[in-house]
Amino acid sequence: MLYDRLMEDYRFKEGLNACINCGTCTAICPAAEFYKYDPRIITDTVQSKDEAEIEKLLRSETIWYCGQCMSCITRCPRKNGPGLIIQALRNLSQELGYFIDSEKGRQQLVLNRALCGNILNYGYCVYPRTFHHSDHPESGPVGKWIEDNLEAVHKRVGSNLDGEGPGILRKIPQSDLDELKRIFDVTGATERMEKIETISRERAKDLGLSDEEYCRQVFTINSEEHYI
Amino acid sequence: MIVEGKKKIWSEYQKDIPDDHYFYVRSCIRQNFFPASEKVFLDIVRNRLGLDFFETPHHTTCGGIAYHSDSIPQETLMTIVARQFALMTEAGYENYVCSCITSFGIYNEIIDTWHHYPELEAKIRGLLWEASKREFKIPKSVVHASDVIYKLRNTILENGKYRLVNKTTGEPLRVVEHIGCHYSKMFPSKGVGGAEYPYVLTGMAEAWGGTVIDYPERRHCCGFGFRQYLVQANRGYSISNTHKKFESMAPFKPDMIITNCPGCPYFLDRWQYVIEELEGKTYGADSKGIPVFTYEEVAGLVLGYDPWDLGLQMHQTAVEPLLDKIGIIYNKEDKYKI
Ligand code: SF4
Ligand code: SF4
Repeated sequence: MLYDRLMEDYRFKEGLNACINCGTCTAICPAAEFYKYDPRIITDTVQSKDEAEIEKLLRSETIWYCGQCMSCITRCPRKNGPGLIIQALRNLSQELGYFIDSEKGRQQLVLNRALCGNILNYGYCVYPRTFHHSDHPESGPVGKWIEDNLEAVHKRVGSNLDGEGPGILRKIPQSDLDELKRIFDVTGATERMEKIETISRERAKDLGLSDEEYCRQVFTINSEEHYI
Repeated sequence: MIVEGKKKIWSEYQKDIPDDHYFYVRSCIRQNFFPASEKVFLDIVRNRLGLDFFETPHHTTCGGIAYHSDSIPQETLMTIVARQFALMTEAGYENYVCSCITSFGIYNEIIDTWHHYPELEAKIRGLLWEASKREFKIPKSVVHASDVIYKLRNTILENGKYRLVNKTTGEPLRVVEHIGCHYSKMFPSKGVGGAEYPYVLTGMAEAWGGTVIDYPERRHCCGFGFRQYLVQANRGYSISNTHKKFESMAPFKPDMIITNCPGCPYFLDRWQYVIEELEGKTYGADSKGIPVFTYEEVAGLVLGYDPWDLGLQMHQTAVEPLLDKIGIIYNKEDKYKI
């Protein structure tokens, strides 16, 4: 039962008490202003325990619209946390492989590669040598100047970029990275990454796309159906 | 708004911030985009005030951005955090201070979840042992680095060279403060002033001579949204939320923005540039942007640090209008000198 699977997630247990459908969460929600998104309906759907509807959600674009700001938690009069419920839904959607059915869900591949790659290779979620101006034109001319003069700029402001010992952007010792890898292995993160890789590769193959072409599409394509 | 009433309520939302002896952990985002802010923070507390802030080279990311982008399971996040706590325990500390609001929210969430579900804490202890043979104590106190600056705000003023006052008019500078969603929206009691009247940045701005603007979208998200920024296809979400905030604050004519979270200043700074490029629209005076700062940068300016030692050249929206209003002496030619 999908509801029972959700109930195994502590965020779901914490996030779902009794929704009175007041819509306060939707009123405060930044995602609801931008996307075809309504946290009230999501909370109501999961509390209905309707398996077919929950499965639809798990395969939908909807669950990927939340920005995880958690503004809904502060405001809900019944102490629900739609943002927490979303985390549990996204988790299960990936566990079951349903994420592949939505454009926004398929983005998990590029997110995983970038973020888990940075954590395992460098010990940081974001790392300057993998943050490219070409992928982030909004970082502006200053962002380009920083990228072109990375070492000198960081030295000027006192970073210890890739250096030994403590400090800003220090090189995190290999023994610590090995520990992070073991944590990934024993807590299910490695298995999760492999699952997303396998399912995504199959999809790319079905579409006749190379890995690079598939990732580019997933990273950049945004269809109009997401908006009201 | 009844200002006096708000002040009274604010005073009731105080949190315990230890005086000294902290285990310090860095922020991925701050190190990438505002590295000098961490440098100046440690310089103030360690070198100027002689306090004990210990850092081990072995600490890592908390995994928070990956967690809120749903790239790592909750157990993974918890075990990475448990490892950070183990490093603190091994170093002999009990007070934990982090430089990131996403991390701060995560630490509070994890400690609260373990409190409600002790079997989960036990499971994580087992997983950490399996992965790295480490054990940990839960910190006695978890604070954000801004809580420390908030606590030291009057000492900073006493040692200060400049105030947040317009040099020409003698008027207080008009400050927008943005505390970042995860500072207190999830656990209001963990933030100075709670979720309704967060006072951490307001306290600094007021102590240093500024006046804080209360505008309609003051508490709205900066627009990060994790996956909503990190994936290029989703960035319309991010800039739209930032745009909403700027449209709301502009009529109040802010001189500057002070931020708490390491990500928010990046978005408030860079999306101003993009809005100008796309629409030709600027939100500050004289067709310029509104300068955006981290709280460490503002503390540094008050204390008389050189703006380029504070890393203000790494901002896209020019900071000079604010420096000139305060009357800060700086060398224009040195800005991009490396
Ligand atoms: S604010 Fe709470 S009770 Fe109201 S609709 Fe949202 S989740 Fe349900
Ligand atoms: S956490 Fe998600 S659902 Fe809740 S207010 Fe923020 S964007 Fe909306």
